[in-house]
Amino acid sequence: MNNGDITPLVPELFMALIAMGFLLVGVVQGNRATSVLSWAACATMLITASLTMNVGWETRTILDGMLVFDEFSAVMKLIVLLGMVFSLALSVQYIYLERIARFEYPVLVMLAGVGMMLMLSANNMLSLYMSLELQSLSLYVLAAFHRNSLRSAEAASKYFILGALSSGMLLFGISLIYGFTGSLDFYVIRDSLSGLSKIPPGFTVGMVFVLAAIAFKISAVPFHMWTPDVYQGSPTSVTALFAIVPKVAALGLLTRLLFVPFSPAILQWTQILYFLALASMVLGAFAGIAQSNIKRLFAYSSIGNMGYVLIALVAGNAQGVGAMMVFMVIYVFMTAGVFAIVLHMRRGGLAVERIDDLAGMSSYSPVLAYAMAVLMFSMSGIPPLAGFFGKFFVFQAAVAQGYYILAVLGIVASVVAAYYYLRIIKVMFFSEPADAFDVGMGLGARTVLLISLAFTLLFIAKPAMLYDPILSAAGSLFAVAG
Amino acid sequence: MSMPPILSIMIFLPLVCALMVALVRGENGDEAIVEKNIKHLTLFSTIFVFVFALFMYHNFSTTAQGFQFEEKAQWLASLGINYHLGVDGISVFFVLLSAFLMPICVLASWNSVKVRVKEYMIAFLVLESFMIGTFTSLDAVLFYVFFEGVLIPMYLIIGIWGGPRRVYASYKFFLYTLLGSVLMLIALMFMAVKAGTTDIPELAAHGFGFGVQKWLWLAFFASFAVKMPMWPVHTWLPDAHVEAPTAGSVILAGVLLKMGGYGFLRFSLPVLPEASVYFAPMVLWLSVIAIVYTSLVALVQEDMKKLIAYSSVAHMGFVTLGIFSFTQQGIDGAIFQMISHGIISSALFLCVGVVYDRLHTREIGRYGGLVKNMPNYAVVFMIFMLGSVGLPGTSGFVGEFLSLLGTFRADTLVAFVATSGVVLGAAYMLVLYRRVIFGPQEHKDAAAMVDLNPIEKGIFLPLVLLVFYLGIYPSVVTEKYALPVKKIVETYENVKVPLMSEEAITPKENMKKEGGHE
Repeated sequence: MNNGDITPLVPELFMALIAMGFLLVGVVQGNRATSVLSWAACATMLITASLTMNVGWETRTILDGMLVFDEFSAVMKLIVLLGMVFSLALSVQYIYLERIARFEYPVLVMLAGVGMMLMLSANNMLSLYMSLELQSLSLYVLAAFHRNSLRSAEAASKYFILGALSSGMLLFGISLIYGFTGSLDFYVIRDSLSGLSKIPPGFTVGMVFVLAAIAFKISAVPFHMWTPDVYQGSPTSVTALFAIVPKVAALGLLTRLLFVPFSPAILQWTQILYFLALASMVLGAFAGIAQSNIKRLFAYSSIGNMGYVLIALVAGNAQGVGAMMVFMVIYVFMTAGVFAIVLHMRRGGLAVERIDDLAGMSSYSPVLAYAMAVLMFSMSGIPPLAGFFGKFFVFQAAVAQGYYILAVLGIVASVVAAYYYLRIIKVMFFSEPADAFDVGMGLGARTVLLISLAFTLLFIAKPAMLYDPILSAAGSLFAVAG
Repeated sequence: MSMPPILSIMIFLPLVCALMVALVRGENGDEAIVEKNIKHLTLFSTIFVFVFALFMYHNFSTTAQGFQFEEKAQWLASLGINYHLGVDGISVFFVLLSAFLMPICVLASWNSVKVRVKEYMIAFLVLESFMIGTFTSLDAVLFYVFFEGVLIPMYLIIGIWGGPRRVYASYKFFLYTLLGSVLMLIALMFMAVKAGTTDIPELAAHGFGFGVQKWLWLAFFASFAVKMPMWPVHTWLPDAHVEAPTAGSVILAGVLLKMGGYGFLRFSLPVLPEASVYFAPMVLWLSVIAIVYTSLVALVQEDMKKLIAYSSVAHMGFVTLGIFSFTQQGIDGAIFQMISHGIISSALFLCVGVVYDRLHTREIGRYGGLVKNMPNYAVVFMIFMLGSVGLPGTSGFVGEFLSLLGTFRADTLVAFVATSGVVLGAAYMLVLYRRVIFGPQEHKDAAAMVDLNPIEKGIFLPLVLLVFYLGIYPSVVTEKYALPVKKIVETYENVKVPLMSEEAITPKENMKKEGGHE
């Protein structure tokens, strides 16, 4: 093991250093610098992405096995960075209009990004905890960024208290795992378990605690309670960030946990995931129907989507992990496009967020309405749009492993969920028009929307271009796991 | 092969045209000229596609085995999914029908669609692309993509340009058909996993165990029965028809309903023969119920479109009867009935559209005595009415007669009951015709309506000719699909439903596996 060599860590270090540099710029320049810093942060993240592409994707561990770098982590990091760039590009105009443009915003986003990238490379329970907290703390502050708004403060405190609870569970679980396996290192945990004829019950309890904590992060039912409130209360640009990125990182982390340290306990965790997946899909589909606030609606939509993703993990093989990754890529693109439009909803200088506020949008901004319609059809999983393929890969992975009941229930839940996606289209096209929205769309949002739409529409042309490399990246996780 | 990739051209040409339509801009916001250009562009492209379809039909060989005009390209090779197109004697007519009805739809909407013309034409072009894609796909996943994709434009067509209850109707249409087809998707995935390919000819050759077949068959049935639609899952159709704009109804009745029957012929029968035989009695009885029940319901309708919608369900009942008789006559008749119904019911919806454009009501009681002020219309309407009744000499007769003949060989009692549907069919169509065309002219506005204009005459002329041509010389159609039908029928001569075979245990084993994880 090449412990002194930290070259694989260069992207994370680069991003962290630049973030701190931005902090200095902010101290000198004040809030005037926000816009410049935001765009610079986007550029930094793109550079980080290209660094990640170039550090070499062969599997390596550094710092005494604290962090691992492989194809899987590299691809997941690219997805995270993409989502970060999207959400930051979306927020620039919004934070100005909401008068919350402070220079900490891009810096916090970047720090959360560093945390997420480290999460994806964590190979030890301690580095896992540290990186998870780095991203969580940055996100708590972002949730409260609208500090004069009661709702924002409420959302942040709710998020923080429940997040702290889940951290507590995580630590408790880690301590149990340490007690029963004698190590915090993922590989050592795996190897010590695979030698045993039976998984110790104490370890299983610890694993359940850890999984519950991660389930909180990805808002899987029954640990989803915070999601609708936090989505609704946070500034919408932060909601966009929440919806797009942290779940990718948390899923990557979950995947590594499941297939490396917990892999000998696959029979145990499959049951847990089976339940989480089913409950999330069903709740996400049915609870979404009753929503009138568009941010809450997408909170439930994301809960449902987490359910689909977990199906892929239940499948328990490289195909499932690949399906999860492709699903998340598609999800990131679609959600970014959706939030470009949600952020655009402003009347009388205020952000409006009821679904009915979209009424008749097709008559005053037809292009945006059609864009939204495409994204909604895609989210409901109708071919030939990208969203269909996300679901297709996931269900295919489940069917290939014989999980027919889960696949059928999941796909029925997706039909129920189609109802509320269709409702948005209905409101935009079939309802009487209201007044037009205030301002034109910012450059960042327009670019993001365009990319998102192009991806959604054209994914069908060459699905293999994304699927095949991701499948091989997913395989890298298993090559290590042996 | 030196042939151009004609099927791909027919699929992608409408999409390219849709893009062009989307980019049409007017100077100084002159909406009228923009709309005119859009209409011409759409009409031109749909005619162009139809010419391609005719070219394909012309070069189609009746004697060649297997699929023709095949195209294959890598798409998602790691999952065994490829871009594979081709037509056989069955699908060639559905492609032709889709391409034929499209220009008619554009013409039928020429003056009646006044809002969002651009979007309307784009929706129809996309629809055309997906329809042709559905009928030419030889890969199950590709088929599914097109089959399901049709929902998007159709949902918008009903929802945006539809009647007063369009929102309800569009939802019902969308969710009903979506629920049916997602179950088929699971079945497709299962077959892909077991057979390692999604290529339809290879799937047909794979031979699934009987126990598995039953589940797969039911999943496919859920999808195709809704699309068909069969009783009791037909209730979306009357709503969708009533609310859809005229051209939407034409496509719905003319092509979309045929996707169900086509699906049975392409998937259920060749891929799952034992299960098809096993479930055939159920299908036959459901079809009979559909024929008799919906005919009776049609008798009491006050809304013209609703009446024709119910008659469509009844006519589709003859199709399923014919298909699941597993006889040469039955399947021949079923395919013929689908083609003929595609022409006749489309024409009937156009007939309703003609008077609806003038009076903006579909209520039968608001009309009467139209023969006096609209003689040409009365003649045209009569031809299609008689075609729908199944008068010998029209195309409607051949389909019904052949499918009943096939059914008679399979199950006499079913055929006996189903034949009563022919009588009922005559009853409701004649009542409709009498109330609309004859009788006293009670309403001034109805009496003041003008006769067919040149565009409308131009629309009806080819339809009238086809109804007679196919009715008098049906073998021009039947000989083209004789080979593929023969192939299906031959497999069924040897099919025995295993009573308790080894494979019947397979799903239970799978269940156990599933249960183990629970």
